[in-house]
Amino acid sequence: MLNRRAEKEGVRPVIFPHWFHRIRFRCKVCHAELGFKMRVGSNDFKMSDIVEGRFCGACHNGEIAWPPDQCDLCHSGKRGLPTGIVGGHETGGPGRW
Amino acid sequence: MAWGDEWVSLRKDGIHDPRGPAVRVLQEPEVALSKLTPDTAGNMVRWVQSLEKGEINPRANLRPDTKIRLYESDVLLNLKGGMPIVRFPHRQHTLWLDCTNCHDHLFKAEAGATKFSMLKILEGEQCGVCHGAVSFPLTECFRCHSVARPGDGKPRPSLPIAIPAGAVPPK
Repeated sequence: MLNRRAEKEGVRPVIFPHWFHRIRFRCKVCHAELGFKMRVGSNDFKMSDIVEGRFCGACHNGEIAWPPDQCDLCHSGKRGLPTGIVGGHETGGPGRW
Repeated sequence: MAWGDEWVSLRKDGIHDPRGPAVRVLQEPEVALSKLTPDTAGNMVRWVQSLEKGEINPRANLRPDTKIRLYESDVLLNLKGGMPIVRFPHRQHTLWLDCTNCHDHLFKAEAGATKFSMLKILEGEQCGVCHGAVSFPLTECFRCHSVARPGDGKPRPSLPIAIPAGAVPPK
């Protein structure tokens, strides 16, 4: 769940599904080639970066995956939810996740 | 339905806006994940096994000049603790990850130079950057603590780490 900027900018928060992406790409593609840091909320980028081909925009360009004008497909979260890891592998412990 | 009713629909997962257009378009987790090797924890998929069996074939690079590095050595950790020894397999990790994802900011490359702490891991540091977030959860103690100590004849409590072929998920 990514809501660092989205809601302040008037759109739904982004849900990035790791499960969907890892069927198609190994972790290293985004976390080494594209430079995504491995901590939710720590990647400070804007839609303009994506449109210019950085971060998600390396694939979400209308060639490998849908282009960035398909706002609602990524900005699909419930309003009011904070940035964080949600779901499957989350450990119900004292972790910061 | 998955083991433990894991794969709820996007409409009911509590994070997608059920009134938005995406839930009518995006792939449902059950559609993709129910075809993969089942697990009993996390998001109920044995991701490494699924990759090794060829059920999935995720791309390892976008750019043609990226060097794809695989590393095969195992590292034994927690040599003096009370729990079974940890066997860290580089091979399974480098199938997914690049060396720079862990070295040297999380773990020094030199053997024995990093002090591990289960408390830090539970707080989302070290192994906990991934385990407990996007890879199998930290409640699966014996998947990492997998090597009996010399002279330790007592059987360890075992968790179901392998599901027999053809096993039927419990209702």
